[in-house]
This record gives sequence, C-alpha cells and structure tokens, in this order.
Amino acid sequence: MPFDPIREEPLSHSDDTPLLTTPLDSLHRDLGGKMVPFAGYAMPVQYPAGIMAEHLHTRGGAGLFDVSHMGQAEIIGTGAAAALETLVPGDIVGLGLGRTRYTVFTNDQGGILDDLMVSKLAEDRLFVVVNAACKDADIAHMRANLKGVELRLLDRALLALQGPEAATVMARLAPDSAAMDFMTIRELAVAGIPCVATRSGYTGEDGFEVSVPADRAEELARALLAQPEVKPIGLGARDSLRLEAGLCLYGSDIDTATTPVEAGLSWIIGKRRRDEGGFPGAAVVRKQLAEGAPRKRVGIRPDGRMPARAHTEITDLDGAVIGEITSGGFGPSADGPVAMGYVPAAFAAPGTRVRLVVRGKAIDAAVTTMPFVPHRYFKGPSPSGV
Amino acid sequence: MSEMRFTKDHEWVRVEGGVGAVGITEYAQHALGDVVFVDLPAAGKVLAQGGEAAVVESVKAASEVYSPVSGTVTEANAALEDRPGLVNEAAESDGWFFKLTLSDPGELADMMDRAAYDAYVKDLD
Repeated sequence: MPFDPIREEPLSHSDDTPLLTTPLDSLHRDLGGKMVPFAGYAMPVQYPAGIMAEHLHTRGGAGLFDVSHMGQAEIIGTGAAAALETLVPGDIVGLGLGRTRYTVFTNDQGGILDDLMVSKLAEDRLFVVVNAACKDADIAHMRANLKGVELRLLDRALLALQGPEAATVMARLAPDSAAMDFMTIRELAVAGIPCVATRSGYTGEDGFEVSVPADRAEELARALLAQPEVKPIGLGARDSLRLEAGLCLYGSDIDTATTPVEAGLSWIIGKRRRDEGGFPGAAVVRKQLAEGAPRKRVGIRPDGRMPARAHTEITDLDGAVIGEITSGGFGPSADGPVAMGYVPAAFAAPGTRVRLVVRGKAIDAAVTTMPFVPHRYFKGPSPSGV
Repeated sequence: MSEMRFTKDHEWVRVEGGVGAVGITEYAQHALGDVVFVDLPAAGKVLAQGGEAAVVESVKAASEVYSPVSGTVTEANAALEDRPGLVNEAAESDGWFFKLTLSDPGELADMMDRAAYDAYVKDLD
C-alpha cells in the first residue's frame, strides 16, 4: 500500500522552494501536529487525535485553527470602499461600519481570481483576508488597480476558533466578544492581547477569526488551548468541515473558469452592483444573472458509503459525462460521503439522479441542496420575552 | 503454515491450507487515520502479486492496496462494509480485507517475516 496521506491536491506542494512557517510553527510541533506543505507553508494537517476526532470536536466543542498562512491587508483612504468595488461584485460602499462581507475578485470574463473577506473598520479603512495560495497575486492585483488609496500588508497571525463552545470561550477571555453578531468585526483584547476579531469562519459553526500581532500569536493560542473546551484542529478537518458546510475551496470549487453565478454565489452580488455593474466581467455576470448560467455548482450525495473525490466524472443515467466533482470526501458529521461539483443547468435541480465514475465503476448519486450539515451561525440574541 | 508475511507497501498475508488472508499493517492503519470505507475485490477476481487489489479510504484520501501474492479471491471481509473502522481497531486480525487461493506459494519466500518487517518500519521513522 503506497499510501501517501498528503497526495490530495489541496495539500500538495510540487516545487522545491523552502517552506514558509507561521508564528505558531513550534506550537504545532509541540502539539504533535503532522506538518505538510500547503500553499507554500508548513502546516499541520492533523494532530494526534486525528481528522475524524478533530472534525467532531469542532462540531461539538471548540476547535482552534491556525490560518496565519492567509493574507491580511488594510485598504486605507477616502474612497477605499469605492476603489475596492472596481475589483469585486460585492456592495462594499453599502457595507455597514463594523460589518464583514464575503466577496470575490473577478476577471474580465467574470471568472473568480480569489474569494476574500472584507470588513469595514472605518469609512476609510477596510480589512481584507485573502487565500494563502493567491495572496501574492491578489496583492499585485490590488496594487495595480486600487487607485488613490494605500494598501498596507499586515504581518499578523490569524487564528480561528470555531464551534458551538467558541462563544463561551471568547466571552471568558474577551467579554466584549459576546456583543458581536455574525459577520461583524471588532477590535478586542483577547486574554489581554490586542486583536481584531470577526465573528465568522469556514466550518458552518459559530465562531471567530482573530487577527493578532505575530509576536503574540503563540501566547494567544496557548491561552485559548488552556480552555477546557478547546482543542487544536488541523487542515484535514478544516477541509471536511467546510465541505459539509457547502463552502467553496478556491482552486477546487471556484477558479478563473467559474463565475459567481455558476458557483451558486449570486447572493454575494449586491442589488446596486447588479444594476450598475462596474466590476470586472460585469457583462458576463449580469447576463448570467438575467438568463441563468449554463452550469451550476451543486451538492452531490453518493448512494452508499463510497466517497467520490475531486475530479470524479459525473454522468447522466445514460453514461454521458456531464460534469466533474470539485470537492468530495467523507463527511464525519453527515456520516457518509458528500461532494460538490458542476452540472449543466438541466441537471441542477435537487433530487436529480446522476452517476459518479469511481475507479471505473458507476455509483448512483443524487443532486442535493447544501449545506450537508446545517449552518449554526450566531444570529443575535433572541428577542427578550420570547 | 500460518506465519504472516509482509510487503514494503505495508500489506500482510497469512496463509493457512493454501488460502491467504490479506490486510494492511498496524503501521499502515495508523498512518492512514480513521478508515471510512474499504473497496474490496469480488470473489473470483484474479490478482497478480503487486497488482491493485483494494482501495482504503480515510476522511482525507483514498489509498490503493496491492495484493501481496498472486491468486484468486475467494471472499471479501463483509464485516468491513458496516464497520470499516475494524481496519483501525484490528488491522492485523479481524480487519483483514480479502482471502485468496495462492497460485504461486513460492512468492512467499521472498517476503519479509515479522522481524524483518518490524526492522524495516523502524528504519522508516
């Protein structure tokens, strides 16, 4: 058995350049993390508990993820939001102060260059977080195209605390965090360390992403890990958690050949932006919004227990190839195989029967809605008296 | 003879009365992590030594399992359908993958015994 636990594409690293490390590198090694190359960084794919246990712990308690490999920057200046709108289809001008929004950089064909989180720290100050593998290109893209504003790269670590106990833990170490709604940002002292936190994540659970000065990242991580609810979680479980939550992985589920409409991300395009355009590829995107996209990203559930991985062919019931799985695997909380991929619009309705060709065998499967595991984002306190 | 023989790819075979039971080693199951599915060969399938025989799936990845010996499959371990985790719990006993009749028992002579395999694994770490 020539097993290679890191051969799956998102975890592979093909060139020979030395790996970068995050400020938590020695902590990962202390915790027994199995380090693998990812987007040019040495990152923990799992700790001794293993991917299954780490996944389930995040859904039941609180999991701590090092996502310091992601790129963090601020866009500063009057007109920062309007400037960013020239590169993304999201409504950034209309984003409320202290609020966070998911959006994408598009190219002139409406393809997706990267997905990112944008937060409005002040009317003239945006905080953006981009993918590790894309950050150099994103920064060059912003430098070349954001007019009249300053782009400031942040040398900070980023920790994600995710799960139903995340709020309890954060409230203990940062009482002000309790007042935060889903998709908001706030400057916050966490365990006495000055941080900037968003209530957001990549697991489908409630949680926080905490930006912290690099030189205090390990101190913060250790303070969080000292809480009884918290365990360290590696990239392996991060991937299975986001897959169950139906969230896209850039480079797998979305890329320059997919538009936001095809990817099922039409909801990120603000109403004003639909009307006005003004972002790269607007003509393509607006046409697809009006007429429908030729293909669509859908959830797929294989019958039975056999997982169907990325690049598995999707066929119709006559065996004609109609698309491809872009992410797939076993969902520990779904307790079965789950996948997503692209199919022609005619096959995109939930319940449509398709087949997946796994190692030459056709497996029956159904198109389904996502997420596979319900999102449990924090939507604010219940109205009193209810 | 019921002594186990091992491959460098971390499969084992235990032969009794001309029939070999095949599985993956403790070292392999540990490296794979939680097994969630095992794709097993059907009875009657003819396997060549070193040829693809089965696929073991963890949460993260699928890994091929090669047949340590040549022969014809007589039985797949039905218990793994409902409990793939048996591979983790009992890799070298109840977590066997399939049985086959050996077509060339002489192949066993060139394979590692327990002591040789243990030494081989020790060098890998």
